[in-house]
Amino acid sequence: MRFGVVVFPGTWSDCDFHYVISEVIRQPVKYVWHRDRNLDDLDCIVLPGGFSYGDYLRAGAVAGRSPVVEALPEFLSRGGLVLGSCNGFQILCEAGLLPGALMRNECLQYRCQSTHVVVDNVETPFTRALRPGQVLQMPISHGEGKYHADIETVRALRAHNQIVFRYATAEGKVTKAANPNGSLDNIAGIVNAEGTVLGLMPHPERAAESAMGGTDGLLLFHSLLGSLVEDGTFSKR
Amino acid sequence: MKVRVLIRLKPGIMDVQGAAVQRALGGLGFADARGLRVGKLIELDVDAATPAQARNRVDEMCQRLLANTILEDYAIDVEGAERLAPSEQVR
Repeated sequence: MRFGVVVFPGTWSDCDFHYVISEVIRQPVKYVWHRDRNLDDLDCIVLPGGFSYGDYLRAGAVAGRSPVVEALPEFLSRGGLVLGSCNGFQILCEAGLLPGALMRNECLQYRCQSTHVVVDNVETPFTRALRPGQVLQMPISHGEGKYHADIETVRALRAHNQIVFRYATAEGKVTKAANPNGSLDNIAGIVNAEGTVLGLMPHPERAAESAMGGTDGLLLFHSLLGSLVEDGTFSKR
Repeated sequence: MKVRVLIRLKPGIMDVQGAAVQRALGGLGFADARGLRVGKLIELDVDAATPAQARNRVDEMCQRLLANTILEDYAIDVEGAERLAPSEQVR
């Protein structure tokens, strides 16, 4: 599986993702510059965290209109997968590739801490190595992670099982106290209707080796690899 | 043509920034400050033959980048154009 890690001016988790993909799961990976539109030789695009374009105007707003993001719909139509974490999630929402928007944390504080998320949907290429109701521990690090969407959008998300991760206690209980940013419905991560685009606020790449304090994030990468081996989607290209 | 765009969170969407600023005003003795909300003002020049054309162009800019219409409303004010009661538009 060939990964591309997108680099915008102001991205900061690009090296972390590159390291985990090349050194931990040992897959081919390259950096993709934000002006690049050619994604032909790639299977999975990662939009990492950071402050793309300084997060000017709104978090992810300028990056959401960049050449590489404009190339994503065609990439997806060819069977590609897209994973956006933190700023990457904000970018995907700004680009309209995921529904809803991310706004300033309700507590007004920048939250940099460990969180637990419960897995609601294991039928996606990003989560199929997980059990329903499994609890993962991954760090968050953001000031604008409060998920918002109108009531019709939330209904559609629920109806199509697009809510993948929700902030929870270590035991998997979805409570207000476990919600670090005031997200609607404790939403921490969603997929598009096709299940080919995942956006999440936590950082799986920062929970991928025991030296980092946990390896739960690695399960997302293993899910991705397992998906490809099973359905062989990418061997055709 | 000079154009101003006023971007604000939609009514009903909690403005935590506005609430924090209002609390700070309260701390300074301005306890009479109420309903404070923080928005954005964008000023730009547009090449356009008529104010209506400038407005349409900026409307497109708002839809595509300047505003996130999931969260925000916007009002466009073209300098020299017959004012379509921008103050009411904004209120």
